Amino acid sequence: MRSFALLRMTAFAALVLFAALPARALTPEQAIAIASGDNDARIAALNTAIASGDARAAVLAQALLDGAVKVQGDRVFIAGADGKGSDAASGAPAAVPDDAEDVSNNNRMRGALEAALAGARLVSSDVGVRRTAVAELAKSSLDESQLALVEKALAAETDPALKGGLERMRATILVASSDRTKRLAAVAELANSSRSAVASLLQERLADGGESDAEVRAALQQALAAVRGRLAWGERLAVVFTGISLGSVLLLVALGLAITYGLMGVINMAHGELMMIGAYTTYVVQNVFRSVWPGAFDAYVIAAIPAAFLVSAGVGALLERGVIRFLYGRPLETLLATWGISLVLQQAVRSLFGAQNVAVENPSWLSGGVEVMSNVVLPFNRIAIIAFAAIVLGGVAFLIARTRFGLFIRGVTQNRRMASCVGVDTRRIDLLAFSFGAGIAGLGGVALSQIGNVGPDLGQSYIVDSFLVVVVGGVGQLAGTVVAGLGLGVLNKLLEGVAGAVLAKIAVLVLIVVFIQKKPSGLFALRGRSAEA
Amino acid sequence: MQRRFALKAISAAIAASGLVSLPALAADTIKVGILHSLSGTMAISETVLKDVALMTIDEINAKGGVLGKKLEPVVVDPASNWPLFAEKAKQLIAQDKVAAVFGCWTSVSRKSVLPVFEENNALLFYPVQYEGEELSKNVFYTGAAPNQQAIPAVEYLMSKDGGAAKRFVLLGTDYVYPRTTNKILRAFLHSKGIKDEDIMEEYTPFGHSDYQTIIGKIKKFAAEGKKTAVVSTINGDSNVPFYKELGNQGLKATDVPVVAFSVGEEELRGVDTKPLVGHLAAWNYFMSIKNPTNTEFIKSWSEYAKAKNIPGHKDRPLTNDPMEATYIGMHMWAQAVEKAKSTDPDKVIAAMAGQTFKAPGGFVSTMDPKNHHLHKPVFIGEIKPDGQFNVVWKTPGPVKAQPWSPFIPENKGKKDEPVITVAKK
Repeated sequence: MRSFALLRMTAFAALVLFAALPARALTPEQAIAIASGDNDARIAALNTAIASGDARAAVLAQALLDGAVKVQGDRVFIAGADGKGSDAASGAPAAVPDDAEDVSNNNRMRGALEAALAGARLVSSDVGVRRTAVAELAKSSLDESQLALVEKALAAETDPALKGGLERMRATILVASSDRTKRLAAVAELANSSRSAVASLLQERLADGGESDAEVRAALQQALAAVRGRLAWGERLAVVFTGISLGSVLLLVALGLAITYGLMGVINMAHGELMMIGAYTTYVVQNVFRSVWPGAFDAYVIAAIPAAFLVSAGVGALLERGVIRFLYGRPLETLLATWGISLVLQQAVRSLFGAQNVAVENPSWLSGGVEVMSNVVLPFNRIAIIAFAAIVLGGVAFLIARTRFGLFIRGVTQNRRMASCVGVDTRRIDLLAFSFGAGIAGLGGVALSQIGNVGPDLGQSYIVDSFLVVVVGGVGQLAGTVVAGLGLGVLNKLLEGVAGAVLAKIAVLVLIVVFIQKKPSGLFALRGRSAEA
Repeated sequence: MQRRFALKAISAAIAASGLVSLPALAADTIKVGILHSLSGTMAISETVLKDVALMTIDEINAKGGVLGKKLEPVVVDPASNWPLFAEKAKQLIAQDKVAAVFGCWTSVSRKSVLPVFEENNALLFYPVQYEGEELSKNVFYTGAAPNQQAIPAVEYLMSKDGGAAKRFVLLGTDYVYPRTTNKILRAFLHSKGIKDEDIMEEYTPFGHSDYQTIIGKIKKFAAEGKKTAVVSTINGDSNVPFYKELGNQGLKATDVPVVAFSVGEEELRGVDTKPLVGHLAAWNYFMSIKNPTNTEFIKSWSEYAKAKNIPGHKDRPLTNDPMEATYIGMHMWAQAVEKAKSTDPDKVIAAMAGQTFKAPGGFVSTMDPKNHHLHKPVFIGEIKPDGQFNVVWKTPGPVKAQPWSPFIPENKGKKDEPVITVAKK
């Protein structure tokens, strides 16, 4: 951060100094100086060119950031996205020679380019452009030499929100001012901030060689405590969010099992493989979209949801018809048979797709995140999975509690003979219910493909978790599964924050063992006669 | 009678043909073992090493083989299961009687097979960067020792161009390589005047896939002081969720750069690399290095991948550092066997000293006369939007390996040479 701040400082200084000079064209010499050579010299050349207010220099800087600049001899070219090239200095169309070399930029150079562009944008006439520039610069620490430009921008600024941002930016500069009153005012201003960069700036001022005045130091302490207090809320929010996010994943992987194991009593060790099949279906759908409808690639996840449900449900139906139907009421045999099936399914996938993980890309609308606070970014894929889990849960709950099909499932699981007597086709219900559970597992697979690896062993890493959730929640209880899933997620993340990932995992397992000993039937135990059935 | 005679005749014929053909077959080929995980969490990294080893064998065979004999690969899958590595190694040495084994990625798998190789006085070529602190006369380490990768990378992060980092997060998978590397790095950082409160160490289990909390911690740590950098020794397929989370949470390389020691072109396949531009990796080879040897290497790999229909690589061939190390190791072994005129391990070990090979990395790699490690150049690359690396720093020439890191006090006085014990009968 420090060296970039230095760069930004020089960029600003140059801008202020040269702003008055008349605009002039970028010379080929300048272009080559920016594009090649030692980084120090390149940055100096860049700042001079940008400061002269030359539009071509900004174009070149942007092209450098995009990695579209090529050099041959002492000529600099910008390769357009459409394959056409142009001369960097004049902007005139020019064919890029085949032997032209790519210009490479390291982090430092990119930082300088971004700072130079942001500095130029700070005085733009477009509010949107200025807003991004302010947001960009607020992330870094500034220096007294940039004060003039910030004040100039501040004087010209009309948007109140941006004015506030600029004022805070000015305060980060003035906090190191030689004038004591200015320092005090700046500290007071900064105490309202909730940026993590400000906290580290205040801390640096308090460190050795920073602030010496006792009164200012006290103010700094107070401001730091205030900012930290606000940041702490962000951290708590982040822990809760990550906990819910993990909980929603656990819920999705356990929901299918809550039906097949919870309601039907089938110890289905192949549950994880049904999720894997869902994830692989997502992969196949992705590839189909990529080759057939590349324009609609971003929609592949939506299409994968019903596809994964149907494929997994189909595999589930085959399982039920072929194996499980003969083993009802024999849990040990079911366990062994489904365990064997899980190995068969894994090997089948390995033979079809290879042992290696396959790449499932996030669609663009699931990449990135929304910044809630300066230290809290909520990734879109996590938000989407929480929403997805809620929708699937709602659907399952509705189906079980409110529909005729759900009524039959409940009837058959509670008293098979009575249900049969009143005319329910119990075999058909078994088949449908198992397929439905398998389909839900497939949906879990779609969600997992967006956050983790898709490989033949995908199911194995989640099978234990899903059984844990169902057992802790109480077998046969949908509400228990929900509470257990979210609870284990949040608990795991709270412990992870304190003890690290390895210990947290152990601690959660130990807690579950203790819990199951105290409450063998889980959080929401069935009561009454049906519990023994 | 007739039937019995016929039976006898057939069995005699089989026996005769067996007698003739078996020794002929044994004389025709030299068996070479390939011991890489083709399934499990490490398959993401190791599968391709098996393929490149097979390609190298084809290449050597096309030139007439070794000692006039063709090489015959024996491929086994230890499935990312560390004890299984030892079992499979035993099988290769005792049952298949291979002349040398090329394999392992994680240090825990290497530690698991090490006693097997030492007991049987067999040869292992290990192609991956590792933590040092080990030197066996039965192993040739063609990957980097810490001073050929980790230390230069951290030095770069502390330099002006690397962002002048003052605080470090040491993040790794929980096993011997990351733990030892981080111990060495901590000692190194101490020697540069960085205090313990400016170092954060974090570990995750193998196959970990939820990096939200870790990224959150890194952000918090970075907000508590000066410029922070992350040194990642995460291994295997955990890297995919780690980098996805890093991109999604918007932790940019200009704010907190992440330098990785086990992430190359292959591991980044399938990750959207656009948000990751500028994050770093330190290796002794990158696919993007331009020189005729590398162009040739990439070309033969692309053709091989297409011909053998290797998933992924047939459409988008990628090469990486451990692949190069496998390639160098196998060629050097073939050269040493030619020089020794025998596949006897002791003779080959003697002949390995000082072997040279023109490596795709653009330098002539030399096997150190004594310490069983290669002299290798160090490159530091930044991730480009297309998933390739852009070399931003390199050593002027090959660096000699120091398997016993001088930054660990207990290593004082240890010589970088394997201790030769009296050979067991």
